[in-house]
Amino acid sequence: MTARGAMQSLLAIERLTKRFGSIVAVDDVDFAVERGEVLGFLGPNGAGKSTTMRMITGYLPPSAGRVRVAGFDVGHHPLEIKRRIGYLPEGAPTYGEMTPRRILDFTARMRRLDAGTRRRRTGQMVERLHLQPVLDRPIETLSKGFKRRVGLALALLHDPEVLILDEPTDGLDPNQKHEVRTLLADIAPAKATIISTHILEEVDALCTRAIVIADGRLVADSRPRDLLARSRHHNAVTVRLGADQVDLLQAWVARCAGVVATEVVPGDGDTAELIAFPEAGRDILGRVQAAIEEAEVEIEEIRVERGRLDDVFRELTRAA
Amino acid sequence: MHATLAIVRRELQAYYGSPLAYVFIVIFLALAGALTFHVASWLERGRADLQPFFQWHPWLYLFLVPAVGMRLWAEERKTGTIEFLMTLPVATWQAVVGKFVAAWLFIGSALALTFPIWITVNYLGTPDNGVIVAAYLGSWLIAGGMLAVSAAVSALTRNQVIAFVLAAAICFVFMMSGLEIVQSPFRGWAPAALADAIAGISLLSAFQQISQGVIDLRHAILFTSLIGLSLFVNTAIVELKKGS
Repeated sequence: MTARGAMQSLLAIERLTKRFGSIVAVDDVDFAVERGEVLGFLGPNGAGKSTTMRMITGYLPPSAGRVRVAGFDVGHHPLEIKRRIGYLPEGAPTYGEMTPRRILDFTARMRRLDAGTRRRRTGQMVERLHLQPVLDRPIETLSKGFKRRVGLALALLHDPEVLILDEPTDGLDPNQKHEVRTLLADIAPAKATIISTHILEEVDALCTRAIVIADGRLVADSRPRDLLARSRHHNAVTVRLGADQVDLLQAWVARCAGVVATEVVPGDGDTAELIAFPEAGRDILGRVQAAIEEAEVEIEEIRVERGRLDDVFRELTRAA
Repeated sequence: MHATLAIVRRELQAYYGSPLAYVFIVIFLALAGALTFHVASWLERGRADLQPFFQWHPWLYLFLVPAVGMRLWAEERKTGTIEFLMTLPVATWQAVVGKFVAAWLFIGSALALTFPIWITVNYLGTPDNGVIVAAYLGSWLIAGGMLAVSAAVSALTRNQVIAFVLAAAICFVFMMSGLEIVQSPFRGWAPAALADAIAGISLLSAFQQISQGVIDLRHAILFTSLIGLSLFVNTAIVELKKGS
């Protein structure tokens, strides 16, 4: 690898723009993904996530800007890029009349895997994604979960350097979601990965970085932890106690220094939750505990919140 | 080359794995037989040739070939598989050629299954087998020309019915361009050279000559350039339309 090559990100996107007529679907987006990074790609429906992914994978030509994968420009070397990318398109479209066995074989041939590699990689994919029971059934007869896993197997088959996955766990049940996340976490250190998703817990569980896009524009690019820190729930203290005592405690807590607001949420049965929101950056756990002692109330639970991604997500994408 | 072959293989598997193939082959054979024996009265003519058999082929192709071609790209776009296909390491033209070749081979296999009539004519008399080979080749070429046109039209739309009707109409114009129905709108105003040029691309006249054993370089150029041009247009349309 040349010195210059070593400097380059595995995937780099510069001022990427896509217009459809007068509509600007993706507007001047910049980001880069390094090897080992898992980038969570968030945004409301229609924000431009899929369009961005289609430009990265060479399916759509950009209106402006450029995409480079391992130093190759997608406009000039589309095949070099397609060889290095594993792509799961939105909805995981595959030929419905084919069986998973046939389409894996077809994809392996298209990717020029030799017979040995073809057999080995197909075997690994079938095993890791549990495709054995449906290997010889037409894909159109399979459940949504199996279809999605076939799509994933096709994207991972050639062990690509760059993974672009458009909602990889959509349609999977909780167990399957967990398995796919484990699989992705296993292989991610050797790759640059982009995952678009609506499931915010997935970003938390899987991603090393998150970007948020709204109306085609990049509105946030940071670690999930830093995104969480933007939530008003970040470091908030939640106390669960009897509903009859919650008003008393609220009066005490509201007087604590560093608490900017309190909120009561009815719980189940005769309990309620009191949430105390801190001033940005302050730790109020000790003060809330002191307030509990002073109020002489009996509590069932007390916890410090990490923050809520959906808060941040709404905040970031509503403004745009 | 590798990718094109993989696509040919996949497409052929798709044809022979679906009822479409058998419906097509059975209808083609049944109609070809019925027209030859009942309409053209092949046996009663008392001549050892296959002229009455081949003369119907362009008419059969007129609706059977667009029926094969209509799905080539319209279906890919409708189901979204085009995104899967075109993000594999394959150039658009390679995919276009692969799909075309597979469909052409498939139609060729239906044509090849008419071999009993060739055996029959050799049993009954002593035909000029060179002419018959030329006619088979011409028949396959005219099917290829129509198929390439149908494939290009199929890339224009997600709707297979529209693709079928449009392709059949365009094939009809290409077929009949030497005849009065297409010529009369031009003769009145266009220079004679243009009308002659339009007549020159008539697939039907070219096919009639080939099936009588007259193989002319012009015919070969006509068919191959129609196929080449259509596939070129097909590639351009796929590139242009895949995002919409």
